[in-house]
Amino acid sequence: MLAQFLQFLFSGITVGSTYALAALGFTLIYNASHVINFAQGEFIMLGGMLAVYFTSSGVSLPLALLLSIAVPALVGMLLEKVAIERVKGAEPVTLIIITIGASLVLRGLVQIWLGKGTFSLPAFSGEEPIRVAGATLMPQSLWVLGVTAIVVCGLWYFFARTLAGKAMLATSVNREAAQLVGINTDGVLFLSFALSAALGALGGILVTPITLTSYDAGIMLGLKGFVGAVLGGLGNGLGAVVGGLIVGVLEAMGAGYLSSSYKDAIPFVLILLILFFRPSGLLGVKATDRV
Amino acid sequence: MSTALLEARDLSIQFGGVKAVQNVSFQIDPGIVYAVIGPNGAGKTTLFNLITGIYQPTAGSILLDGQPIQGKAPEVLAQLGLARTFQNLQVCLNMSAIENVMLGAHLRLDRNLFKAALRWPALKAQDRALVGEAIELMRFVGLEPYTSARADSMSYGALKRLEIARALAMRPRVLFLDEPAAGLNPKETLEVDALIRKVADTGVTVVLVEHDMKMVMNLSDRILVLDYGRKLAEGTATEVRRNPDVIAAYLGAHA
Amino acid sequence: MNKPAYRGLYLIAAVLLLLPLVLPNSFYVDLAIRMAINAVIVLGLNLLIGFAGQISLGHAGFIGIGAYASAALPTHFGWHPLLAVAGGAVVAGILAGALSRPIFRLKGHYLAMATLGLGIIINIVVRNEAVWSGGPDGMAVPPMAFGSFEVSGDKAWYWITAILLCFSIWASINLIDSPFGRALRALNGSEVASRVVGVQVARYKLSVFVMSAMFASVMGSVMALYVGFVTPNIADFFHSIELVTMVVIGGMGSVYGSVLGAVLLTALPQALASFEGWETVLFGAILMLCMIFLPRGLVPTLAARLGKTT
Repeated sequence: MLAQFLQFLFSGITVGSTYALAALGFTLIYNASHVINFAQGEFIMLGGMLAVYFTSSGVSLPLALLLSIAVPALVGMLLEKVAIERVKGAEPVTLIIITIGASLVLRGLVQIWLGKGTFSLPAFSGEEPIRVAGATLMPQSLWVLGVTAIVVCGLWYFFARTLAGKAMLATSVNREAAQLVGINTDGVLFLSFALSAALGALGGILVTPITLTSYDAGIMLGLKGFVGAVLGGLGNGLGAVVGGLIVGVLEAMGAGYLSSSYKDAIPFVLILLILFFRPSGLLGVKATDRV
Repeated sequence: MSTALLEARDLSIQFGGVKAVQNVSFQIDPGIVYAVIGPNGAGKTTLFNLITGIYQPTAGSILLDGQPIQGKAPEVLAQLGLARTFQNLQVCLNMSAIENVMLGAHLRLDRNLFKAALRWPALKAQDRALVGEAIELMRFVGLEPYTSARADSMSYGALKRLEIARALAMRPRVLFLDEPAAGLNPKETLEVDALIRKVADTGVTVVLVEHDMKMVMNLSDRILVLDYGRKLAEGTATEVRRNPDVIAAYLGAHA
Repeated sequence: MNKPAYRGLYLIAAVLLLLPLVLPNSFYVDLAIRMAINAVIVLGLNLLIGFAGQISLGHAGFIGIGAYASAALPTHFGWHPLLAVAGGAVVAGILAGALSRPIFRLKGHYLAMATLGLGIIINIVVRNEAVWSGGPDGMAVPPMAFGSFEVSGDKAWYWITAILLCFSIWASINLIDSPFGRALRALNGSEVASRVVGVQVARYKLSVFVMSAMFASVMGSVMALYVGFVTPNIADFFHSIELVTMVVIGGMGSVYGSVLGAVLLTALPQALASFEGWETVLFGAILMLCMIFLPRGLVPTLAARLGKTT
């Protein structure tokens, strides 16, 4: 009983960490621009796919990992410069459609370049499972959890202690006020895309040894990360992490105890429930309009 | 029993710690022009938004014909005959000028969507009559040159009058004008002044928030003065002008 | 105000009348039928996106409901095919209504999220419940029949969809220029202004959403009856995106734009049949370029250049 529960919990937290990183990415961009970046999932996919590509091309693992984070970050910056910046101030519908278009372009290009196959990465520290109270934990899961925790702490430090981080926070609270005190809000937006993409890519790389990757892995990962962000309260960083983890755990629990064929539906039932009963999310703030 | 058309009793609203409107009471008789004035930040627009259903009061009541209407949504107030214009303009720029005016007649029309889709003859006749009425209204407010124009091609001053035409299309009992002269040059202000007179002469009760003192003193039958969310004075133009508290609020205590 | 708008309809009706004489073989007739079906769906979707300013990212789910209703209800429950079409539409309408009621009180992207969720859930359900949906491989659709007279073959369906298309265009034009349509457009222009003149915003958004969902369901049934077979792909996310792309490129808020968008983007996958990856890239590029450079879509932009309204 306990063993089974722990098993589901472990796999839920593991994949939930990827969702958490994706949710953080959504939150960063949403805060800087109120854009919901539907291309976030593709950054996750890019991370994993590029890591596979580089390592299988003979590049050393550390360098491959670095490139697999840097390239998506560059892509994110490109997306911001080419698409988002040009339509500043457009309606939400417009921006949503643009990011959906970007996700299609990215996914299609990867499909053309690397094909429709499913790929894996070697686990970072071996495949020997660890036994915990009757459940098995893959070492890679520890990598996922550990690196995610470090990243989240790093981000916390970045936002709380560095000037650049505080500038980003200021922009998310009130864009105009931030501009008035001299913060380069365009730069903040630029940075937020780069950072989100990097976070997503990192998550993608970490989880590939466990869940494998393919050209279309991004859609579900991104959408579920998005559900996590909304669950935690769109715009709240801590909420994003918590939300992502909860989505992962609920998904694993549902798949384990209820039905594994409906595993993918669970996050989306969750988002409908959130929207119906608590649209501001667990930690979010209710918005009001000024006439 | 009061004969007032519109009445407020101890109306208050608080935003967190800020008491934007505190215990304001007033009575508006039918058919008059009633102005709400006060220094910046006195709570005039907040009061407006309270009466027109944009905000819900934290205390007090608003009565229309003796019936409470506080907290009712704008859509409901429209059904009760209250119309308003906006300081910052809320015009549908995606439609033509005349369609904006026709919008005002919304509640009076047969809006059945099946009849609309099937081009029911009665509906077509209704629309034709409505176009005629809208043109008349645009003439009334002095926008005759714009009857074929798109809303997004019109100037600020013209759009302000378009909002008035739209409000009049509702055939309202009370018309709320939110700073009708704001952003207008002296000539345009005189034109709006004359227009408001014309509207009041048709029997509509007019309530306005305004900064332009000359206009207010000329036009209004009664004036409410607010300061820091509280009622400072209420009376005719002459009474208010002579009130020492009002003078102090506007010009400083030792004027 | 109304007459010029019908001219396009007369043109389209004329084209539809003459097309069968010109089309070389049944492949093109099939293409024309698919274009007409998509055009009607897009007309409904455009009312939602272009006029009410809301976005549905799961509209293919409603199409799927109609399609599977036409497949499953006659097969497993013995319903008459016509009744099945109605049944699908009712279910779609109820789902849309249930979904939108709480959502419309919120702003911006909430409906997008909710429809996204619903669309994906419908797709997964249809894929899993093999017992009545045939699972990932799909199932056959009993044809529309009245006694012994069976409606099948591309000739019959061509005329049915052509008539449906003309009627939908006509109804849309009428609707836009009516008090209902004005209220809708006002919602998009200034929600505050609409409220203040008495428009019950939530109710209007609800009715447009329900209407567009039912349109989609009926056309999903039509598609299923015509093809004779239905697979879960009809309700997948990419299909929803395709539909949004058709609205966007044709012109949000434009009746003829909807038709043009449907025609163009139904033809495109056929042209790119063997280049799946490129098809995805192209759709994505079209979406992005359109929103950046032609945010109003093809028809309104062209019309503005020529000084007309659509």
